[in-house]
Amino acid sequence: MILSNLIDYETLRVIWWVLLGVLLIGFAMTDGFDMGTAALMPFIGKTDMERRQVINTVGPVWEGNQVWFILGGGAIFAAWPPLYAVSFSGFYLAMFLILAALILRPVSFKYRSKREGTRWRSTFDWCLFVGGAVPALIFGVAVGNVLKGVPFDLTPDLIPLYPGNFILKLLFLLNPFALLTGIVSLTMLLTHGAAWVSFKADGVVAMRARAIGSVTGVIFLVGYALAGIWLAIGIPAYHLAAPVVTDGPSNPLWSEVTRGGSWLAAYGERPWIIIAPILAFAGMGLAVLGLRAGREGSTLLFSKLAIFGAISSVGLTMFPFILPSSLNPTASLTVWDASSSHLTLFIMLVATVIFLPIILLYTAWVYKVLWGKVTVEDVAKNSETVY
Amino acid sequence: MELGVVELSRLQFASTALYHFLFVPLTLGLAILVAIMETVYVMTGRPIWRQMTKFWGTLFGINFVLGVATGITMEFQFGMNWSYYSHYVGDIFGAPLAIEGLMAFFLEATFVGLFFFGWDRMKPVTHCIVAWLVAIGSNFSALWILIANGWMQHPVGATFNPDTMRMEMTDFMAVLFNPVAQAKFVHTVSAGYVTASVFVLGVSAWYLLKGRHLELAKRSITVASAFGLAAALSVVVLGDESGYTAGETQKMKLASIEAMWETEPAPAHFTLFGFPDKEARETHYAIHVPWVMGLIGTRSLDTPIPGIDELVAKNKDRIQSGIIAYDALMTIRADKDQVPADVRATFEAHSADLGYALLLKRYVDDPRQATPAQIQQAADDTVPGVGILFWAFRIMVALGFAFIAVMIYFFFRSSFKGQSYPRWALRLAVIVIPFPWIAAEMGWVVAEFGRQPWTVDGVLPTALSASQLSVGDLLFTLIGFVAFYSVLFVVEMGLMLKYIRKGPHIDVKETEAWMARHEARLTSDRGDKPYAAVPAGE
Repeated sequence: MILSNLIDYETLRVIWWVLLGVLLIGFAMTDGFDMGTAALMPFIGKTDMERRQVINTVGPVWEGNQVWFILGGGAIFAAWPPLYAVSFSGFYLAMFLILAALILRPVSFKYRSKREGTRWRSTFDWCLFVGGAVPALIFGVAVGNVLKGVPFDLTPDLIPLYPGNFILKLLFLLNPFALLTGIVSLTMLLTHGAAWVSFKADGVVAMRARAIGSVTGVIFLVGYALAGIWLAIGIPAYHLAAPVVTDGPSNPLWSEVTRGGSWLAAYGERPWIIIAPILAFAGMGLAVLGLRAGREGSTLLFSKLAIFGAISSVGLTMFPFILPSSLNPTASLTVWDASSSHLTLFIMLVATVIFLPIILLYTAWVYKVLWGKVTVEDVAKNSETVY
Repeated sequence: MELGVVELSRLQFASTALYHFLFVPLTLGLAILVAIMETVYVMTGRPIWRQMTKFWGTLFGINFVLGVATGITMEFQFGMNWSYYSHYVGDIFGAPLAIEGLMAFFLEATFVGLFFFGWDRMKPVTHCIVAWLVAIGSNFSALWILIANGWMQHPVGATFNPDTMRMEMTDFMAVLFNPVAQAKFVHTVSAGYVTASVFVLGVSAWYLLKGRHLELAKRSITVASAFGLAAALSVVVLGDESGYTAGETQKMKLASIEAMWETEPAPAHFTLFGFPDKEARETHYAIHVPWVMGLIGTRSLDTPIPGIDELVAKNKDRIQSGIIAYDALMTIRADKDQVPADVRATFEAHSADLGYALLLKRYVDDPRQATPAQIQQAADDTVPGVGILFWAFRIMVALGFAFIAVMIYFFFRSSFKGQSYPRWALRLAVIVIPFPWIAAEMGWVVAEFGRQPWTVDGVLPTALSASQLSVGDLLFTLIGFVAFYSVLFVVEMGLMLKYIRKGPHIDVKETEAWMARHEARLTSDRGDKPYAAVPAGE
């Protein structure tokens, strides 16, 4: 197809790197508050009615929000096949845990209030907690491990290899730095969930959410700062050893990679990227102040800003690396050698340009229809139809 | 069979896919039936149709959520368990999956929440549009998934790139309008419509047997039997289309379904019954119907359908040709900057058979070192499990015809016999409920087990596609999935039965108000009111 030559391969790769970020950020901003809300629910709702109030703040929207995640997976598969192949199988057991949690979540939302029994409901309440907290934690753990480098290798046929005992590999993922980034991601989404609940619910539930959220927000700020310092002094970075062909074939073994120095050197090379961590700090700081003061709309916007800053800071710091290999740095995946073909990237871009605005439009319409607070009275009145 | 990583990965994929496919067909069909019911409500304003929409909608919701939840597993498993597959064909296979998310799944998932939560927040006609958007979204979803799957069955519009060691897309339109994908899509969604129709029919028949919810049950039977009849007819007709495209593109699958060991003079007969024996290369106790297979497979009386032995011999030639391609590929890879032009040309000439050389990787690391015995072995491997395919196909087809009979009968009674149904027929309708699922699962077996030993037909062998995981990894997740899914299944069935037993929520006040408004219309010429009372027990 000649049309695909309208945009050169290098540009398409950068666009798809940005879109990957957009999808992850979109996921964390939308499904993130579902996860945060679900994880907070057993603590901010004491009675069954309060818990139902919390659940119903996300009841009508979690399903659509979750598609950001599904689409993220699909887009990685289509635009970054080597990344999809290596990361999903390399993090095998961790992915399985995320999967189990993500299956538990929809089921719990839907089935929890379909029976009366206390045991039935409290079981599903804790399933919801797991479905929210576990993915939020593991995503952060995964980011920490990506920054450190993941122990994989590629054969000349590009078959991904991950030597070692499977249980040990899972334990190895839970190293201190990754746990720290896990806590950062968990507290980020908990605060986001708290901001959502205080925006969408009222009464004692919203009050408790604000109280917890202003604590988790502070933990995020401390954890994010600590992770930054750790990254500066404790985690060796990856570098392309020689200038690479940015529009060449996607073969990760063709570029040479070395380890050493600090990831934060990127801030020397591209000073403008400092804006990302500034947004993360400022957004979360303002969100905490907002939660304390009881401001609703602006607080939710600020916690979104924090998510935008935190996630983009990771991507911008690592650029052009996407998934470094600690076992054989040369096998590391970068923006320049882990993408789909020129044609596929172009077709996927066309599809995205057509459909993403439509998705944003109807999603906005749905939120507008559902505008307004969810109260205990609403839940009691529509007890048959709501969660 | 020794249970290595590949076998365990296959077992896990098959179990999770078959499990996922318990929920998908009902979602596809019930979404449309619910939207039809709501449309009738919007057009007539009669509360009973709204109550029907809500009732079947509740059952739809219980089923839908597990379809969504188990679908996440499917999307992830390609990367988790089939990483070489994902690398090798992700450039083509990933695109329809991503577009599915963009175009279909976002639509259905965003509006499904509004369907359940938005009853009082919008006008009836708007809510009805929302119901249709959910139905359209879920059906589009099936379209893109089957475009992806169709490419595995009949890979078109792609070529192997030696630099990236993978298949790359050359023609998106060819992938999109792949005839196999199109035939599969219409066949699969029709099967979903049959499943939902049989489900609605059976549950309604149970209500009639119990003398409950007669208003809802009779109307539901009318909708389900009309829609189900059209669907049951099209599932067979379009299944025949699938068979015809298989005759053109997947000859080995067709020959295996038929247990046709040797090429027969055209037009080939159809084996109605028999016991295929792969070792002896014959089908014991076979009952043949002359001509039928030739007609289905080629739509002609003079085109022969190649038998299994002839296809194995052809595949052996393709393995030889593939080895030449493999040899050229190794030369290209050894010094990518200085490849002699003739090596490139040799590779191009034989690259379509490269996948056949990869079949040898099960027996030898370098296909060029393969012995003649290993080549023969690899050629024999291209025959899928004939016995299983033979029977799965026959069960599916027999059930397909049975559904047509059931639907014709109920459509006839509902249209011409004043919606009166004998008790034996109602009992039959209840008993039939599980069978569409059996037919659908058999269909999956025919399509995917019949694709073996390939993940992508002629391009990538299954044995090579799996991730390099350990048996421990696989046992852990396989046991985890089976245990987890079993619990979910029990929970789901329990809820389904609970809500079926509970029946619809009939709002008497709403019904009476509507009847009062339409009193004139509901009064007969003689002045009596046949519809006046709300039936007892509702």
